[in-house]
Amino acid sequence: MFDFLQGYDLLGAFWVTVQLTVYSAIGSLVWGTLLAAMRVSPVPLMRGFGTAYVNIVRNIPLTVIIVFTSLGLFQTLGVSLGAERFTTINFRLAVLGLTAYTSAFVCEALRSGINTVPLGQVEAARAIGLNFPQVLRLIVLPQAFRSVVGPLANVLIALTKNTTVAAAIGVAEAALLMREMIENEAQLLLISVIFAVGFLCLTLPTGLFLGWVAKKAAVKR
Amino acid sequence: MKDKPTVLYDVPGPRAHRRNLAWSLLFVLVLAAVVWWVVTSLADKNQLEWSKWAPFFTDARVWETYILPALKNTVIAAALAMVIALPLGAFLGILRLSDHRSVRAVAGTVVEFFRAIPVLILMLFANAAYSEFTDISPDTRPLYAVVTGLVLYNASVLAEVVRAGILALPAGQTDAAKAIGMRKGQTMVHVLLPQAVTAMLPALVSQLVVIVKDTALGGAMLGFSELLASVRPMSANYGANTIACFTVVAVIFIVLNFALTTFASRLERRLRRGKKSTGAVVGAEAVEELATPGEHPDTR
Repeated sequence: MFDFLQGYDLLGAFWVTVQLTVYSAIGSLVWGTLLAAMRVSPVPLMRGFGTAYVNIVRNIPLTVIIVFTSLGLFQTLGVSLGAERFTTINFRLAVLGLTAYTSAFVCEALRSGINTVPLGQVEAARAIGLNFPQVLRLIVLPQAFRSVVGPLANVLIALTKNTTVAAAIGVAEAALLMREMIENEAQLLLISVIFAVGFLCLTLPTGLFLGWVAKKAAVKR
Repeated sequence: MKDKPTVLYDVPGPRAHRRNLAWSLLFVLVLAAVVWWVVTSLADKNQLEWSKWAPFFTDARVWETYILPALKNTVIAAALAMVIALPLGAFLGILRLSDHRSVRAVAGTVVEFFRAIPVLILMLFANAAYSEFTDISPDTRPLYAVVTGLVLYNASVLAEVVRAGILALPAGQTDAAKAIGMRKGQTMVHVLLPQAVTAMLPALVSQLVVIVKDTALGGAMLGFSELLASVRPMSANYGANTIACFTVVAVIFIVLNFALTTFASRLERRLRRGKKSTGAVVGAEAVEELATPGEHPDTR
């Protein structure tokens, strides 16, 4: 029944999916945190930039961004991100696109976390004489990080599912292999179930585990 | 932008103003450097020539032949997906609130399953299934596949939205319905659902943004002729103006989705302010959380 699986690197494809997820998650955490810092900063210009970036990027389909990295950045402008082989170039471009897109959502999650800290907390901190860095380090950020676990977990799971879009520029991840297998084998239902279960295995445990962590970490108010 | 006090800082005084000015200058320099780099690399590849951008402003044929028909397909697919997914989602959402554990479990499993799988996988499956088991013509098959994939995914997300909308209503509504002798079905149809639909309108509109964005997947992977798919033929016909084409397509998406987002948040503010309703609202932001699998236990 599963004979047709031979000749296809199923695990390899899902491994690429995982790699895409991990690299893009790290990238968008860094860039998203920077964006969030800009969006809450006292400098109006930075706030404006952060807001504009988030509003623009969130409203463009990820598919458009990913296809642009290949057609626009690579084929038109010759940006190859320091890679030589096609597969590496496409992988890196996909990570770049996913990072640019996901960081807008990371930024929003972090900002909403900072907004959940009640004004009274900060007023109390100022009343006992703490200055701005102290308020941020001792009062606001510890509470913000706790309430941000849940939203960030949602972003991570959405990112895991979004990595399939990289198939649009030929990155050899799960969705691309699925299309290839559907075309070549007469086992549509079985193939679909295999890939569905593969993604269930990636997203459900992450969701359950991080949901549990979020509940543990949440500030009881 | 006016300086307002937030959680993090006071209204800036003279010293803070000077410091902000220094940061602004630094930021402008960095931004200018990036813009300079982008502009020069675009100019190097001749992407800034007026001839590459002119068609969009001077030639109506670009719009008539490529962009508007593509935009029409995008809107049709999104609208169909929403119209079909909503009743299906409402049905699933109500089943998830059933008094019978087995019904709840089945509906819960369906919802969790389709929320946990990427839309693209669903679209690929639908496309192959239509070509194998039905005789839908290859011209319309991409539309069917895109809409089917979107419906399967979004019905399960909307099921959660509907459920959240019903749960957000005050318990007094159900009690009152019971007190005047309504049955479970009557309570749902005449009391809870109409109010829940109002409460979840902002979430529905903001889910529409997700649907519009996901139609682009069909263009890239299934040969559905929507906006993104119009980039290739356009740039082939107008002198390899890839960057210009992408810019126009992106701007259309941004304007469309920004309008929807703004509408959703206006609606939300109005509902929260309104005195006639129960004040129950499923906000536009809630959608992201409701779209995530494994977060909500399927009991009340």
